[in-house]
Amino acid sequence: MNPIPLTHFLVIAAILFSIGFAVAVTKKNVIGILLGLELMLNAVNINLVAFSRHDPEMLRGQLFALFVMVIAVCEVTIALAIVLRVHRHYNTVDPDKLNVLKK
Amino acid sequence: MELVAFYLFAGLTIVPALFILFTRNLMYAAFALFLAFVGVAALYVFLGADFLAVAQIMIYVGGILILLIFGIMLTLPRKSTGESNYVEVRNGGLFTGILVAGALLFLLSKMLFTAEFLLNAPPATTQSTLKAIGFELMTSHLFPFELAAVILLVALVGASYLALNRKESL
Repeated sequence: MNPIPLTHFLVIAAILFSIGFAVAVTKKNVIGILLGLELMLNAVNINLVAFSRHDPEMLRGQLFALFVMVIAVCEVTIALAIVLRVHRHYNTVDPDKLNVLKK
Repeated sequence: MELVAFYLFAGLTIVPALFILFTRNLMYAAFALFLAFVGVAALYVFLGADFLAVAQIMIYVGGILILLIFGIMLTLPRKSTGESNYVEVRNGGLFTGILVAGALLFLLSKMLFTAEFLLNAPPATTQSTLKAIGFELMTSHLFPFELAAVILLVALVGASYLALNRKESL
């Protein structure tokens, strides 16, 4: 049984990255932007794991993907804490309306 | 047969992602993100990364997605329709966004199809990666491993400090 070619995974990761980018650019809500960022991080992880299949002894790609996941968790917690503060201050999370640093 | 299953799970990843792009309901977008994460976990299984697939489900589905849904519910817009599971979000500049993303996809796929990757080994046969990952984390990747622990601690302490309700404490 032939394993699935590498290019298939890379193309799917590219599609997922582009969709995540479009989501991050178009959503009028900070949490919507975060959803797009998560999609992009996942696409990058697919790439790393796909190349890691050709490195069976060290698995460096998979280890890197693991650290990317840890950083993603940190990013989401900090981002949500900031979003909560912003919502309490402005009563909105529309990134177009957040134009004053301090009132 | 394996290829059919692969395309099924690839669709499970791509279709919810497109749904997130086009839907106006942020709550359904978060639920679609769940499907996309499960699809990515399935792709990891196809790549023989069993540990990462489980970690993906535990970290993303069990952690990040719950956090995001809590975030959505805590930052509801003022003029809410009152309908359950509905948080309206406008999509601004959808056409331009899709155009730019399409251009990005075109460039990436063009690069992918013309690239020649120098791979030093054929794809690994399926066996558990658990032992190799544990061994590498404790030997050659020990420093980033410890650093990740410190970063997590700092991030969580910082997040709880940032989200503190200061009005009541004053």
